Amino acid sequence: MLLDVADFGNSDFLEILKRRRPELYATINAESLSDVSLPITQFDASSVDALKGTTVLAAVFKEGVVIAGDRQAVEGFQVGERRIQKVFEIDNHSAIAIAGVAGPCIEMANLFQVQVEFYEKIEGTTLSLEGKANHLSNMVRSNLGMALQGLYVIPIFAGYDPKEKQARIFKYDVTGGRYEAADYHAIGSGGKDAQTTLKKRYSEDMSRDEILKVVAEALWDAADEDLGTAGPDMIRGIFPTMKSIDQTGVSDIADSEVKALYAELIETLS
Amino acid sequence: MSTPYYVSPEQIMQDKSDFVRTGIERAKEVIVLEYENGIVMVAENPLATLFKISEIYDRIALAATGRIAEYEALRYLGIQEAEIKGYTFNRADVTAKWLTNNVFSQRIGAIFWQSDTKPLEVELLLCELRADPESSHRIYQLSFDGTFWEEQKYAIIGGRSDEISEILQHEYEDGMELHHAVRLAVKGFETIEAKADDDERYDISADTLEVAVLDENRNRRKFRRLLPDELKEILEL
Repeated sequence: MLLDVADFGNSDFLEILKRRRPELYATINAESLSDVSLPITQFDASSVDALKGTTVLAAVFKEGVVIAGDRQAVEGFQVGERRIQKVFEIDNHSAIAIAGVAGPCIEMANLFQVQVEFYEKIEGTTLSLEGKANHLSNMVRSNLGMALQGLYVIPIFAGYDPKEKQARIFKYDVTGGRYEAADYHAIGSGGKDAQTTLKKRYSEDMSRDEILKVVAEALWDAADEDLGTAGPDMIRGIFPTMKSIDQTGVSDIADSEVKALYAELIETLS
Repeated sequence: MSTPYYVSPEQIMQDKSDFVRTGIERAKEVIVLEYENGIVMVAENPLATLFKISEIYDRIALAATGRIAEYEALRYLGIQEAEIKGYTFNRADVTAKWLTNNVFSQRIGAIFWQSDTKPLEVELLLCELRADPESSHRIYQLSFDGTFWEEQKYAIIGGRSDEISEILQHEYEDGMELHHAVRLAVKGFETIEAKADDDERYDISADTLEVAVLDENRNRRKFRRLLPDELKEILEL
């Protein structure tokens, strides 16, 4: 048909992709991988040298939320990549940070961003924050087959909810379970260490500057304890990614500001 | 057995064109102009939520006139094809030329030529912001039969586009500021409204205009609608 009327009104890009380009959709869906006859059932993740991302976190402050992550991916006991990005802006009011196997992680973030934007353009209005969080939950769930074989993807989703007029954090488990964190949350191989620092240092109604100090320290502690997480690399000039999200939108915290945060932290530690 | 009527192909095409032209003649105009920071698109549209101008992709916007259900279907098609191509290859590989030629023109043309379908009663302008300062902006105009061509600096679609074109020919300048460009478009609308019959005429105001820009100063997504307050301010300058 020249203009396929059945399609109109469908604002779900994933569904369209699944029908039109199943081989692309398969990158985050094990079930459809077998559909395109790849031997996924004999696939052993431990035999594949896949890069793994490490520590990401999000923390609510007075006016918004900060979402951050270190920049390292590991391949076994080797550094696989020093400058990888694990934090992605999704739209004007939300961002995602992902821990797990780098390939499917980046693919999921990319696809999620396209999906949210597709909806916005088709419908002429933005998807609610809760709607985005639920959709991400479906995406994580559809990756369960691959997760069980070692190719897991676990996101943190943070955003400013213009309806509720507050910042919110959503955390996920491998089955797509979605839970809301009231204050902060950290995941990945150094997630537990970062979480401990956040627990000790966090207090309600912190300012942006205060929360950034706490976030920098949490990532520092994660890098200190966990081999897979990297701290600031002063020599190469590589610093953790930090984004702050508030009513006005998503803004990147500049490398120079992150560098200053760490210079101050090192000063107090030494 | 009765003999089927014979109608020559020329006659069929002529009938189809005449049919569409009567519809398009009544279509409200949309004006697209290059300005200082990119491309501004201005439409007469008293409706607050049904748009004639919309975002297709990072640097690409669509302005349409005619039957709303038909250009909405084309808008949907454009967004869908652009997103699939951008996801398959790279966002930079999605161009207005590809959308015009490979997506819109082919579909619209095929519907026009098919014997048992009603041709689409639409006119489209596909606008694309240049990717680098050395190249230039692109404006493609698509007609109801699928033919398309490239316009320079400005373009108009809708029933009385020729009359507006005359005004722009004299008064368009390169590198106009946003408020100049919008007010020039408004002047075009006002001139044709002044000539219209009393019962069809209405005053041009911030409430009856739809304005959007492709702004080079924005981040990845260049498209932005002007808010009613901004528009009011521009018109009062």
